[in-house]
Amino acid sequence: MPAIVINGKSYEVSAEPETPLLWVLRGELKLTGTKYGCGIAACGACTVHLDGQPIRSCVTPLSAVGSKAVTTIEGVSGAEADALNTAWNDGDVVQCGYCQTGQLMSACALLRTTPSPTDQDIDEAMSGNICRCGTYPRIRAAIHAAAAARTPTV
Amino acid sequence: MSRFPTLDRREFLRVSALAGGGLLLGAWLDFGTNGMLEAAEAPLTDGEFSPNAFIRIAPSGSITIMAKNPEIGQGIKTMLPMLIAEELDVDWSAITIEQAMSEPAKYGSQVAGGSTATPTNWEPLRKAGAAGRQMLVAAAAQAWNVPAAECTTASGVVTHKASNRQMTYGALATAAAAMPAPDMATVTLKDPKNFRIIGKPMTGVDNHKVVTGQPLFGIDVVVPNMVYGTFEKCPVFAGKAVSANLDEIKALPGVKNAFIVDGGTVLNGLLSGVAILADTWWAAKSARTKLKVTWEEGATAQQSSAAFKAKAIELFTQAPARALRADGDVNGAFAAATKTVEATYEYPFLAHATLEPQNCTASFTNDAIEIWAPTQNPQSGRVLVSKTLGIAEKDVAIHITRSGGGFGRRLNNDYMVEAAMIAKLAGVPVKLLWTREDDIRHDFYRPAGFHKLKGAVDASGKLTAWQNHFVTFSNNGTDFVPSAGMDGTEFPSLAVANRNVSVSTMPLGVPTGYLRAPGSNALAFVNESFIDELAHAARKDPLQFRLELLAQLPTETPRGAMVPSRMKGVLEQVAQKSGWGTRKLPKGSGMGIAAYFSHRGYFAEVVEVNVSRAGALTVKKVWAVGDVGSQIINPSGAMNQVEGSVIDGIGEALAQEITIEAGRAKQSNFNDFPLIRLKQVPVIDVSFRITEYPPTGMGEPALPPVVPALCNAIFAATGKRIRSLPLTKHNLSWA
Ligand code: FES
Ligand code: FES
Repeated sequence: MPAIVINGKSYEVSAEPETPLLWVLRGELKLTGTKYGCGIAACGACTVHLDGQPIRSCVTPLSAVGSKAVTTIEGVSGAEADALNTAWNDGDVVQCGYCQTGQLMSACALLRTTPSPTDQDIDEAMSGNICRCGTYPRIRAAIHAAAAARTPTV
Repeated sequence: MSRFPTLDRREFLRVSALAGGGLLLGAWLDFGTNGMLEAAEAPLTDGEFSPNAFIRIAPSGSITIMAKNPEIGQGIKTMLPMLIAEELDVDWSAITIEQAMSEPAKYGSQVAGGSTATPTNWEPLRKAGAAGRQMLVAAAAQAWNVPAAECTTASGVVTHKASNRQMTYGALATAAAAMPAPDMATVTLKDPKNFRIIGKPMTGVDNHKVVTGQPLFGIDVVVPNMVYGTFEKCPVFAGKAVSANLDEIKALPGVKNAFIVDGGTVLNGLLSGVAILADTWWAAKSARTKLKVTWEEGATAQQSSAAFKAKAIELFTQAPARALRADGDVNGAFAAATKTVEATYEYPFLAHATLEPQNCTASFTNDAIEIWAPTQNPQSGRVLVSKTLGIAEKDVAIHITRSGGGFGRRLNNDYMVEAAMIAKLAGVPVKLLWTREDDIRHDFYRPAGFHKLKGAVDASGKLTAWQNHFVTFSNNGTDFVPSAGMDGTEFPSLAVANRNVSVSTMPLGVPTGYLRAPGSNALAFVNESFIDELAHAARKDPLQFRLELLAQLPTETPRGAMVPSRMKGVLEQVAQKSGWGTRKLPKGSGMGIAAYFSHRGYFAEVVEVNVSRAGALTVKKVWAVGDVGSQIINPSGAMNQVEGSVIDGIGEALAQEITIEAGRAKQSNFNDFPLIRLKQVPVIDVSFRITEYPPTGMGEPALPPVVPALCNAIFAATGKRIRSLPLTKHNLSWA
């Protein structure tokens, strides 16, 4: 049985190696914060981090995970994640909320590489994440707010 | 209106007991005109005070408010409890909000649809809170032996100032439970100027759970011993599964069972298909790739979007089948006109594509079923499941989970009855989850439609005749299929003396249903675009042209009809906000205006676009002004709904289309049914005009005007008139 590392913990999983990571998370491990939206890497609802990089878990087979660290919404932490969480709450971003965990995982990866993103940076980093409810203006504003909260004022 | 079962007392108590804990055996509110609060007859437990099904106060002081309606992203789980908390006079931060199960006998209508929750609950839920407050005050007054009128409340405490005494609601709960329930007619409500919760921007009550990924949605439900299911239906709607390689499927890894489910021909009932059940959903879905089914496709396999269009064009050459509205002398007005304009408009079928695919978990035992479903209409699901499975309605218990989007899709409960029947046949709890492909291919689509329009203007630029021949769908020539109707009173018909609005129909074997602002989302595009064409023909500013039309409407309007002054108000405000008519834009840039009345709400919107010479469209900014009455209950949620509606409408117009070919939907996922993405979204400026009318709903009315406003802006920028959608079909380049 392959072991994978999720949110800092090692799990033995029984799934076949070609099983997408998404279904290992949602099924075997009952980590249901990562969502299914399309299964073809077109919506971003299933975004998790693999060694810190945002990936679409619906098209990432278990065999491609290997010993790389998987981080899901249940385990994401750190200054960027905290700032985003606060900004998402303060900005009342959520409508149905189904896309939001994927949005947060993408936004978190963005802020870690680009602490003060421009609108164009946000467009590029976030356009793989669909929000069917159209919370996009608030997502953009919340990312800017989280970035501002992280940037020390002189 | 949904149908409620009439429950006798015993059934009422039984249903209540299903909620568990016996805490909700209070009373129920009649949402009819009298609004009587019935007294509780069942004993309350542990000294708890439960003045009605919506409120629970424990002696410890903990206050629970039930959220009765399904939360689909419209913010109702926050908004409706705000109404109760305001009048109960408790602090928003001090309450716990719980999602109610589907129990119409206790909660009244629990439908998320038609933007109806605000108008139907605005008074009853405030009265529910006020009645609770009144009983707590009565209990305090009795304890202190002072007149109730001398007692005041704030933040969950009753105060008698003269004697300097105070008691918390928790301390009063047991005594209050013994007070007679007040006659609802005598319950008084706060003066709106004293509101402390209503009108304040409140963040969603489940935001924290959402952003931390806690299980809330139907897709997250786990019940003991459940298996995962997938269900393949015939790609031609209501086609029948004749046979399948079931033995081969059952031998695949993880598969527990596979069987054919018989179905009927009613498109929103149980349809035939093949169920595969497995240890994991991935195993079920993987097995499905090996599934071979022989289908009996049926007659509708001949249908196609292309054939519908060809038929519509043919029908346009014939006299309409029937008139919806014929007044004045249309032919005389055309003969006398200075200018006549003729145009044909069309729009495609659309899918809802809720981001959470349809799913439902069901557990069947001993002729009773327990269901967990993301649904907008649990009661209609109960009726459907009861009829289809042949069990009593009282034996269908439905947990309302959060829905990952609704948009009208989940008013139909096809996925619920599938899960219920599969669970019954399998004899184990089943979690049915559709693939995205299932979802796009088996939707209740916004119907396509075709309009042949003709208008006349006289020498003064006044609209003197309006003619619309609508070709739509009906299977008996009289009743429109869901969402495919029109009644002929849609603006501007009633403002024009000579009008002829008529309809011809063709049969349809494709399921249709309610997509956010049903009817209006298509008719606004047609009417408000053609009004723009007529304004240009009349050499009038499109805003001015609309204001003149509004002035021609009768000022006395029947109940529920558009009030012209309210439409005028939002048009003038959006013009002022957007600088309409005052800004000079270069070729390739343009602004368009449109307004629409739907679901009791008034929205006027201006869109600014830029179109490159090569035809690349950028939607730059949208100004939206709404009039939904005297009070914006939750400004944060309301703004979110308007922004979402505007974005939704733009997304539909840009690129969405379901094409029917050989009786089936051609599109299947977000690669060929593209949803709008962040980088395509404009800046959106939302404001409200407060009027004296009772507050109405926010989920829908902001959508319809954005589509024509966008198309009118494209005309202003390029001179190209958009008469069919989506925009991806058009070459917008200009020289
Ligand atoms: S579910 Fe993976 S991108 Fe949509
Ligand atoms: S909040 Fe509903 S999909 Fe984004």
